[in-house]
Amino acid sequence: MVEMSTAMTAVTVEESLAALEEFKREVLAPMVPPEGLTAERQLEMYRKMALIREFDTNVRELWKQNFIYGIAHSYVGAEAVAVGACAALRKGDFISSTHRGHGHTIAMGADLKKMMAELMGKYAGYCHGKGGSMHIAAVDEGMLGATGIVGSGMPIAVGAGLSAKVLKKDFVTVCFHGDGGTNQGVWHESINLASTWSLPVIFLCENNQWAISFPYHKAARNPRVADRAHGYGIPGVTVDGFNPFAVYQAVKEAADRARRGEGPTLVEAKFYRYIGHFVADDEHYRDLRTNEPWRELDPLRRMAQYLVDAGVASPEQVETIYQEACQAVQGAIEFAKAAPEPSPNTLYDGLYSPEFLQMRGTDL
Amino acid sequence: MTKIITIRQALNEVLREEMRRDETVIIMGCDIGIRGNSFGVTRGLIEEFGSERVRDTPISEAAIVGACLGAAATGLRPIGEILFSDWITIGMDQIVNQIAKIRYMFGGKIEVPLVIRAPVGAGGGQAAQHSQSFEAWFSHVPGLQVVMPITPHDVKGLLKTAIRCNDPVLFFEHKRGYEIQGEVPEEDYTIPFGAGVVRREGSDVTIVAISIMAHKALAVAEELSRLGIECEVIDPRTIYPFDYTTLVQSLKKTHRLVVTHESTRRSGIGAEIVSQVVERAFDELDERPVIVAGRNVPMPYNRALESMVIPSEERLKQAILNLMDQ
Repeated sequence: MVEMSTAMTAVTVEESLAALEEFKREVLAPMVPPEGLTAERQLEMYRKMALIREFDTNVRELWKQNFIYGIAHSYVGAEAVAVGACAALRKGDFISSTHRGHGHTIAMGADLKKMMAELMGKYAGYCHGKGGSMHIAAVDEGMLGATGIVGSGMPIAVGAGLSAKVLKKDFVTVCFHGDGGTNQGVWHESINLASTWSLPVIFLCENNQWAISFPYHKAARNPRVADRAHGYGIPGVTVDGFNPFAVYQAVKEAADRARRGEGPTLVEAKFYRYIGHFVADDEHYRDLRTNEPWRELDPLRRMAQYLVDAGVASPEQVETIYQEACQAVQGAIEFAKAAPEPSPNTLYDGLYSPEFLQMRGTDL
Repeated sequence: MTKIITIRQALNEVLREEMRRDETVIIMGCDIGIRGNSFGVTRGLIEEFGSERVRDTPISEAAIVGACLGAAATGLRPIGEILFSDWITIGMDQIVNQIAKIRYMFGGKIEVPLVIRAPVGAGGGQAAQHSQSFEAWFSHVPGLQVVMPITPHDVKGLLKTAIRCNDPVLFFEHKRGYEIQGEVPEEDYTIPFGAGVVRREGSDVTIVAISIMAHKALAVAEELSRLGIECEVIDPRTIYPFDYTTLVQSLKKTHRLVVTHESTRRSGIGAEIVSQVVERAFDELDERPVIVAGRNVPMPYNRALESMVIPSEERLKQAILNLMDQ
């Protein structure tokens, strides 16, 4: 990497180390499974984390090899957040996503084949090749879709919460968003509306501390996103985003609260994006040495270590789960590569309702 | 003296030269500091001018463009940058209801010397929310000026005009255009808004080509020339004000009009251009005017579907051949 002058580095190595120490003091939580989370479910959480890691590690290579068009944002390093949060949900619950949506989709139990086919623009993909990585959605699994506009998932989650309330259903909606999204006006408008109407929404801020090249402490005077909850009269909590159990616990409590009709919660899962913003990001805006210390908290390694240390699984069992994840991802890649392209006739499919399209024909 | 530079370099040079010339010029937007913007346009500016005048912002488009207005009204010449023009929608209230109207509403008491720069354009699988061009929307709003140059020479001259201008300007850069090279003068120069250029002379059909389509139109014109059809290619460079004088002059020669732009066909800028031509020079037209534009559908991700939506050289060529057949 190119050596950078201190003045032109958003964060110095010393500052990064200090931030890591502060994180360890104030946020880092021991790997202790919440009560009632069975060994089987813990292993399932690890399996999903492994799938996300393998999926997005392969996505980067497939993008480089031109199998994946456009752009893709990797969820590597964030696995604990999506998996911890979604493990706390029930069937019928919803999530809204961000531009970094693969992890959320997998955590909701989506079909890897349909996901990979979508990333390769194939008709067999979740969006029939219309959306790609940045607009991946698995609505049948409760995943309401990824978005390329930062912050734009916020009110959509509020609307899902409104449906639950008006239709008197007990589903909750987790609104994943990034620290970058917290400074959009719509972020504030959405939380205000959800709290005023006591909607069953969990606003889950994935605070990875970087909005592309801009560190969060330069984007907001108060670096604690959760503190903002106070302004809206709702609970706010900061949890260890490298720890799936910590995220699970916070989201579970928030979901219970939401189902009781007590309204939304703001959960800040704090971690660190120690990889590039997207597959082509050379991270020239930061000294790569500032990332390295954070890798010590790699959520996958932590989870594997916990499973072995706690006697939940043997090292061989943990390795087997990972290898099976690799095989599942390879199977998805093979499926996607072999899947056919969408027919040109599908160009306008989905633009309007089938009734409308039938009426208008090709006169659009 | 001239030199060959890319559009990316042209933009960077203008920002640098104008910030040196006038200390009230500031620039703000997401990732424009150390990162030097998503396309490398602002590289080196923060090193030269510091973080007081080259301001990285949180992701807050409404605040970026609105703060540009407040700053412009009180002594600065701000340049706001939107990372992808699709997200300019988040700042729409400030642009449409405030920036465009404030001078007029307040009886001309407030100057609004601001520029909003944003990359437009499709291609490369950026899909529905990173591929759009909204020049028609802003052209529709009285009080704004809309600029869309596609050569380094025009980018330099028009961005300088935009920065020195006392009215708000939307300055759109095509994502696929940053590497386009061209000759520029070494010395300082500006280009007035509302002056189109004839990129190629021809006698049979006039092609009005917006932004990146100007390059495609030139390629098509060369191909058609081999078939004996001579196209005149006009690059209007600014969408509003629009140079109808040059266009009508051309139609007096060719009597046939094709307008092409990458943005969506329906209610696009082509519709306005054709309507103006019908009003101003109906008798010059020997054939119905034709618009070749983006299809009326969000940009699909799949490469083949995407290429159906973006107007291609082939589609433009066929449209002209059909027109010449009549």
